Amino acid sequence: MKNTLLTSAAAGAILASGLSSVAMADGHATDLTLCWAAWDPANALVELSRDFEDQSGHTMNFEFVPWTSFADRMLNELNSGGQLCDLMIGDSQWIGSGAENGHYVQLNDFFDANGIDMGDFIPATVTGYAEWPKNTPNYYALPAFGDVVGWTYRKDWFERPEIQAEFMETYGRALGVPETLDELTDIAQFFQGRDIDGTTVYGAAIYTERGSEGITMGVTNWLYNYGFEYENPDQPYDVDGFVNSAGAVAGLEAYRELYETGTPPGSSNWYMGENIDAYRSGQVAMQMNFAFIWPGVEADENVGGGRSGYFPNPAGPAGQFAQLGGQGISVVSYSEKQDAALEYIQWFAQPEVQARWWELGGYSALSAVVEDPGFAASQPYAQTFLDSMAIVKDFWAEPAYADLLLATQDRVHNYVVAGEGTAQEALDGLVRDWIEVFEDEGKL
Amino acid sequence: MTSSPIQSVAKKTPDGFARKIRGLSDRTIAWIFVAPTIFLLLAVNIFPLIWTIRLSFTNFRVNRPNNDVEWVGLRNYERILGDPDIWNTMQATAHFLIWTITLQVLIGFTLAYLINKKFRGNDMWTTIIVFPMMLSPAVVGNFWTFLYQPQIGLFNYVIAFFNGVDPASFSMIGDVNLAPWAIIIADTWMWTPFVMLICLAGLRSIPDSIYEAAECDRASKWRQFWTITIPMALPFLMLAVLFRGIENFKMFDLVVQLTGGGPGNTTTLTSIDLKREAFERWRTGYSSAYAVILFVTVFGLASIYVKALNKVKER
Repeated sequence: MKNTLLTSAAAGAILASGLSSVAMADGHATDLTLCWAAWDPANALVELSRDFEDQSGHTMNFEFVPWTSFADRMLNELNSGGQLCDLMIGDSQWIGSGAENGHYVQLNDFFDANGIDMGDFIPATVTGYAEWPKNTPNYYALPAFGDVVGWTYRKDWFERPEIQAEFMETYGRALGVPETLDELTDIAQFFQGRDIDGTTVYGAAIYTERGSEGITMGVTNWLYNYGFEYENPDQPYDVDGFVNSAGAVAGLEAYRELYETGTPPGSSNWYMGENIDAYRSGQVAMQMNFAFIWPGVEADENVGGGRSGYFPNPAGPAGQFAQLGGQGISVVSYSEKQDAALEYIQWFAQPEVQARWWELGGYSALSAVVEDPGFAASQPYAQTFLDSMAIVKDFWAEPAYADLLLATQDRVHNYVVAGEGTAQEALDGLVRDWIEVFEDEGKL
Repeated sequence: MTSSPIQSVAKKTPDGFARKIRGLSDRTIAWIFVAPTIFLLLAVNIFPLIWTIRLSFTNFRVNRPNNDVEWVGLRNYERILGDPDIWNTMQATAHFLIWTITLQVLIGFTLAYLINKKFRGNDMWTTIIVFPMMLSPAVVGNFWTFLYQPQIGLFNYVIAFFNGVDPASFSMIGDVNLAPWAIIIADTWMWTPFVMLICLAGLRSIPDSIYEAAECDRASKWRQFWTITIPMALPFLMLAVLFRGIENFKMFDLVVQLTGGGPGNTTTLTSIDLKREAFERWRTGYSSAYAVILFVTVFGLASIYVKALNKVKER
């Protein structure tokens, strides 16, 4: 066995050095730059990419930008035809703009020539990260990182007998993972201002950030589950009556109720980073956040090691959905190193590389990885990730997504955080804004 | 006899070139020296301004390079001037400007007046007072975000100490009524020292002989203050107001770091709004019109103000 391993390792090394020498001898050794957000998965990707460097002889450089300025920085780069990035792991909402404005290379021929089948990836990630127009077989990215909004909770607090007893007395049911959004709000209100081990704690950290996309990524988890639809299923871009339906209004009111009664004071502009900080420092019993944080939670000395649990976004009166996150990896059309960039994508799509990606903390979107019998038990949060990915919905991915997103940010933040007007007025205003955008775009 | 350096350089100048430049007039030589600067000024300042004005009459969007660019006349200007949200932004900017300038001038002048008195440790206090303006606005924004934290922020605890409320019961940057004051306090903390330094320069420029003459005339300290100190320091005070006015009209980094323009739109100043239109919504034509309106406003107000300043200086 040992001999076999050594032989395989030696063969691998010879093959890798051979590939490397061939690439360099042919003058193909290239400096590639991959652009992405600055967050934990990016560090894992740097680690993963070392294998690609060894095998191909190419050198990988990385340009990572914090989430709050990621869109500004990278969309500026794409819009100006910049050549900084050869590979872009762009947000899922950029796919329409990337395709229609010619920022991304269409990958269909490349996938066909190299046996990369989109049917091998989780369907929601293909639709969300790779296709434009949606639900058509036109691919501009390879699903790179599956992500979804879910919940983390303090299992150790939930299991305390005195807390369980008091919760039972107050609400007449056992304290556990909430099955509905109303139950989640009850739990947040129960923990709000509670003294735990001499510290005042609060209910839940939720997304309220105004400047980029934060509050939209949070509130949609309520809106979807209360009956909000982006458009008339039978008539594209017909938003009136769907965006501002009675259910959507109730969902928005419920999100505001949670903000006002179950979140830490001063959490008026919180997104991923602030929620992580609040949770890790023991300020809150629950946090809403994208799944990418879960490996970090497990490893954390204050809240990891079995002290935390994970659950998908609970159901509402109209169903159970969760906001899709995650990104696909695309080749930038302005790059002069497209061949090497495509080599990277070919390497990244391999099942063994995807399996290693999951091991390092990246959420693979390859079905073979997530459907592996051992996957669900491989990490405490793996089953929650699978359950969450099965219920995803995503925001608009139109070329005008930025206008649609900023209008949502303004309307929702103004109502939920600043308390301006009513939920109905906020969503009616959003309908007007979106109609104006679609008219400007010539869609209406 | 040895030749001077100029003569030796002149000797080394090739004959052909020397003949060409020998007959140039002083005016031409002056132009040769000034031309590179004028060229740079045109390239990086005037041309972008003219281009911005041109774009402001179009529907150009930089993120739609394939779309046709249409001439829309004054439509962008009409939309901006008729948009109530933009007027709210202007109002927030005016509130921020008026209060920061008022507080900074009052506190800055008072500090300068006190520092101008000779006392032990004068230099040390001056250094301590000017410390905030040495920091980057992003650092100050971050720093004050922590100070305003309801659970751990020192600011809330200080307020709670004086009025007995629970520190976690109010949020300076999360409350629509308090957030405009949160940015005013942070800006005032940072930039009052700048105003103080200008006022100090003004106070130190007043000759002692004027005060000595006033003493001979038995003028009280109060009268000396109003008839000598204030009139003679007034041009400096007005200069401080001009600098702070222009700087705060384009305030961006500190406020973005502190509140991100929220909650709601309560602290969305014009520069933040303009950045969103130009680089988040990518409405290039529209944001160009917005920039032109702001430029005309600042330029017009500054011109009127500078005229007033010159009149005060001539008195």
